Amino acid sequence: MALTTTGQPAASAGWEDHPPRMGFFTDTSICIGCKACEVACKEWNQVPDDGLNFTGMSFDNTVGLGADTWRHVAFIEQRKPFGGQESGMDHEGTGGTDLRWLMASDVCKHCTDAACLDVCPTGALFRTEFSTVVVQSDVCNGCGYCVPACPYGVIDQRKDDGRVWKCTLCYDRLQEGMEPACAKACPTNSIQFGPLDELRERADRRVDQLHGSGVTDARLYGHDPSDGVGGTGAFFLLLDEPEVYGLPPDPVVTTRDLSSMYRRAALAAAGVVAGVVLSVLGGR
Amino acid sequence: MGRSDVTKQGLVNVRPEREALIGAGPRNGSRPKRRRPAESVVPEPEFHSYYGLPVLNKPTWEARDIAGYLFLGGLAGSSSVLAGAAQLTGRPALARPLKLGAAGAIGLSLVALVHDLGRPARFYNMLRVFKPSSPMSMGTWILSVYSPAAFAAAGLELLGSALPAPLRWVLPKTAAHRLSVASTLVAAATGPAVTTYTAALVADTAVPAWHGGYREMPFLFAGSACSAGAGLGLLAAPVAQAGPARRLGPVAALVELAAGRWMRARMGLASEAYEEGRAGKLMKAAEAATAAGAIGALAGRRNRLVSAASGALLLAGSALTRFGIFHAGVQSAEDPKYTVQPQRERLEREGPIRDGS
Repeated sequence: MALTTTGQPAASAGWEDHPPRMGFFTDTSICIGCKACEVACKEWNQVPDDGLNFTGMSFDNTVGLGADTWRHVAFIEQRKPFGGQESGMDHEGTGGTDLRWLMASDVCKHCTDAACLDVCPTGALFRTEFSTVVVQSDVCNGCGYCVPACPYGVIDQRKDDGRVWKCTLCYDRLQEGMEPACAKACPTNSIQFGPLDELRERADRRVDQLHGSGVTDARLYGHDPSDGVGGTGAFFLLLDEPEVYGLPPDPVVTTRDLSSMYRRAALAAAGVVAGVVLSVLGGR
Repeated sequence: MGRSDVTKQGLVNVRPEREALIGAGPRNGSRPKRRRPAESVVPEPEFHSYYGLPVLNKPTWEARDIAGYLFLGGLAGSSSVLAGAAQLTGRPALARPLKLGAAGAIGLSLVALVHDLGRPARFYNMLRVFKPSSPMSMGTWILSVYSPAAFAAAGLELLGSALPAPLRWVLPKTAAHRLSVASTLVAAATGPAVTTYTAALVADTAVPAWHGGYREMPFLFAGSACSAGAGLGLLAAPVAQAGPARRLGPVAALVELAAGRWMRARMGLASEAYEEGRAGKLMKAAEAATAAGAIGALAGRRNRLVSAASGALLLAGSALTRFGIFHAGVQSAEDPKYTVQPQRERLEREGPIRDGS
């Protein structure tokens, strides 16, 4: 499906004169797991270190996104064929072992329907003119509501600081016409930055190209404006199911059900009144 | 790919690396067919995850502060409603402890809510915006109206009883009395919202055991709150005037138990989070305490001690329910299966398009 129309959340957020919606297309098929994005992000945004830990589970010692990790490179080792690639591991008697490594740089999705932004009670989270979602650290009071609201487990609270932090899509660099630090540092162009419309078209072509070359596992994630979060500003080309990379397979923004919640809360509140009135009228 | 050349005109035949053909092209038909490796004895997992790590970041809230507030806020809200009704129907000995209890509970709630902030000194930033898309913002404004009214109602109640007995006849003629009635009624009018907005607050998250119960949670919270308020009435008011609490308590307890069971039955996989670990223990204890309190309230009609004990049991049941729900949510956020499996099933059932659903 060709997706040439992109919603402009900046316009619905009240920006009258705004640039096109900017985003990331992370093509994991060419990610080499170098983690330059993680480092560039930390350096540029002065994100504090959160420990040099050894997980023992894989080459991934970063584990996941959080207050102090705004880019996270996932690493997955699988016994599956990678297109027509020969793994060169032909063991006697087994007829050969397929092998592939999946690497993917995860980041804040900058959702069209962003739950973190919806539930923030202080207005610290806001929609920028680039249609990205950014926390104003001088406003955030650390209530923590956005943390469980995010369906991707992106935003989190920095314990010693009290406030929440996440990827800003390098808001400061964008305002100067520069690309975000992670995209700039990516040596293979796995992280591509640009106007979202253009990225979506490019991603469609890339999937066709990969399917043509035998990598039938290739699929896009987050590119579809009709999905549960209205499409994401940062979307991905994956080579396996999203959950293999630690991503939710079909997230839906929680505030989609909010009007129903409010209606039921009002009905239940009316029930409280009715119950109390009956209890005082019901006898001595 | 090594196909580019450096010439006097610069680089030629440069292939952008983003076009890199990975996977070495389609499998060659002439390649010898490979035998699949021997059948693995390890069964296919029911769902995939990234090394079993959670998909969500779990709530950063402290159980003592936030589960404590869910209980205390519910207790305060329902106590104010019952206090207003008791005052209007001439039951001052029931209204008085409920007003004082409501003010104490909401006072502790405000302390807990501010204490739980990462930056407590910035609590007033909650008052920057009025944001209907955030139940927490709505709650801030509800509490901004409710709390002063509850404090005023309790303060004026104390002031009235502080007057020497011979002077009390002047009370009904004073402005303080009119203020007391007004604040009692404002607290009673906003109390119901205090008891149920918190259900929308916890349900409006990606936490499977909370969001999965968004249909029933408000009724569960309303029942739990009224059970606690009635419990306070039974505990603190003399038997002669505790009639409304004795009638409300068992009904509210029944709503709390039934809505809880109904919610878990309709929730699907995430209901397991209410049965396991700390949440499981808390929910079981909550049901036992609430049921015992309800039976005690019905049985101990004339007995002050039995009434007080059943009131305490209803209060304990309500508190245990809130802590159980809190921990069930945290447990469901910590295990990726609660996030992945229902989404995967829905995706296979309904497809990925959910615009405007």
